Amino acid sequence: MIRKTVVRRNRYLDSVFLMQVARRMSERPGIEDASALLGTDANKAVLAGLGFEVLDAGPNDLVVALAGEAAAVDAVATDLEVWLAPGVPGAAPDPRSLEEALRTRDADLAVISVPGAHAAREARAALHAGLHVFLFSSNVSLEDEVSLKLEARDRGLIVMGPDCGTAYLAGAGLGFTNAIRRGPIGLVGSTGTGMQEFACLVHLAGSGISNGIGTGGRDLSDAVAGISTLAGIDALEADPATRVIAVLSKPPGAAATRKLAERLERCAKPVVQCLLGGEDTLDDAVIRALREVGVEAPAFLLPRTDPPFLGLRPEQRHVRGLFAGGTLCYQAQAIFRQAGLTVHSNAPLHGMETLEDPDRSLGNTFLDMGAEYFVEGRPHPMIDGTQRRRRLEKELRDPSVGVLLLDFILGTLSSPDPVGEVLDLLPGGLCVAASVCGTEGDTQGLESQVRALKEAGVRVFPTAAQAARFCRDVALTLQEGL
Amino acid sequence: MKAVLGELLQGRPVFVNIGVRAFGDTLRQAGFEVVQVDWAPPAGGDPRLAALLDELL
Repeated sequence: MIRKTVVRRNRYLDSVFLMQVARRMSERPGIEDASALLGTDANKAVLAGLGFEVLDAGPNDLVVALAGEAAAVDAVATDLEVWLAPGVPGAAPDPRSLEEALRTRDADLAVISVPGAHAAREARAALHAGLHVFLFSSNVSLEDEVSLKLEARDRGLIVMGPDCGTAYLAGAGLGFTNAIRRGPIGLVGSTGTGMQEFACLVHLAGSGISNGIGTGGRDLSDAVAGISTLAGIDALEADPATRVIAVLSKPPGAAATRKLAERLERCAKPVVQCLLGGEDTLDDAVIRALREVGVEAPAFLLPRTDPPFLGLRPEQRHVRGLFAGGTLCYQAQAIFRQAGLTVHSNAPLHGMETLEDPDRSLGNTFLDMGAEYFVEGRPHPMIDGTQRRRRLEKELRDPSVGVLLLDFILGTLSSPDPVGEVLDLLPGGLCVAASVCGTEGDTQGLESQVRALKEAGVRVFPTAAQAARFCRDVALTLQEGL
Repeated sequence: MKAVLGELLQGRPVFVNIGVRAFGDTLRQAGFEVVQVDWAPPAGGDPRLAALLDELL
């Protein structure tokens, strides 16, 4: 077996495309391992862990690392440009800039997911060209966010983001979305996974979503003051397909909360608010929204009592939650906080403990694996579960862990088999609880993902709040036993 | 171009995708029109230099 690295200077390809290229390379006979990554420090550390030294690559350089039989490795390295060519072979080259693109076709909205350092520049260019913006990129400064949103407002446009994971616009799903039916409930949300779970539960209850406007996680901070949230409410209030408006948010700032309350007071349509981090859960908000459109909440949304988990050893005292996104991590913390339980987190809710080193869990720990620390230069954990799998392996080596809490998010762009990515690791002798967010129309198959978990002995819940409540009850029992 | 968000929500939007190609592919598979930009970091990947060039040009 040989190892080979190839570096292409100043070559940018997006991390999702590179992941797909690496997967295809790995499937080739004779290739044991293939990685295609930008040369960021974090990625170089990953490659070093796999036995590849690439000291001379920088964050603008592309690194392809191959291991396998000499002939196979050499063949891939020789044809590297063919492997790396995006788009359809033989098709006309894509435009190199927004300006060039708009010469070929008038457009309404720019979907931007370039690295954060360049994202504001592209978003500004889109606004100047009169386009709305869906800004998936994270690592955009607060100052840039405010200036972009003010500029958008002046131009009668909206910036959804930065760090906007999900939107449903006129039947188009942007970012991470699920196969949901259209219906009378409009959504404005600063939480991507929150919008996904809300939309899936509404769908599973037999109703649907008219439009879902993402705003980015900081929109309801006092600095941004809800500029995009307010624009979204205006649009949904005027939208004839929307009968009720649901506003989902991570913990908002005090001034932004007041501003939002003033706007909602004069809203001509019924409004359901879900401010996560307080006592609200997504389940409650879905039930209230369904009621507004005359749909009775189905049984799976109602609170339930589950049989306790027995059989943990006395030293197994801690709960570890590994979340693919921030919202469900927040919600679980709020549920634990209400029960007086302390949680360490890299995204701590008010009153919870900050996890100083995100790589080392302490006591009860809930991790937002979609946080910038974990995703810089790499695909989001919903797309590629490698990082979460590694973390899970680490947690399982800790004898103090008794309970694992996981979320699996299905839908477009998500891993083709999120459950399969970790299934072989899930051991007996441990209490594992999980929620699966998705619908029967998602390509991963909601039913088969749930079945695989159940067959592995995992307690599976239809909502993340229910899974967190179950873990809370186990944690309380463990505490009583001390 | 439908400048007002409300109009966009009721129409059939056209998208420009700058960055992760999979976003554009998903929209195209759902029947929407998407123009893909073959993006590369400007000014050799230095955002400050890019901003400076923007001011000059």
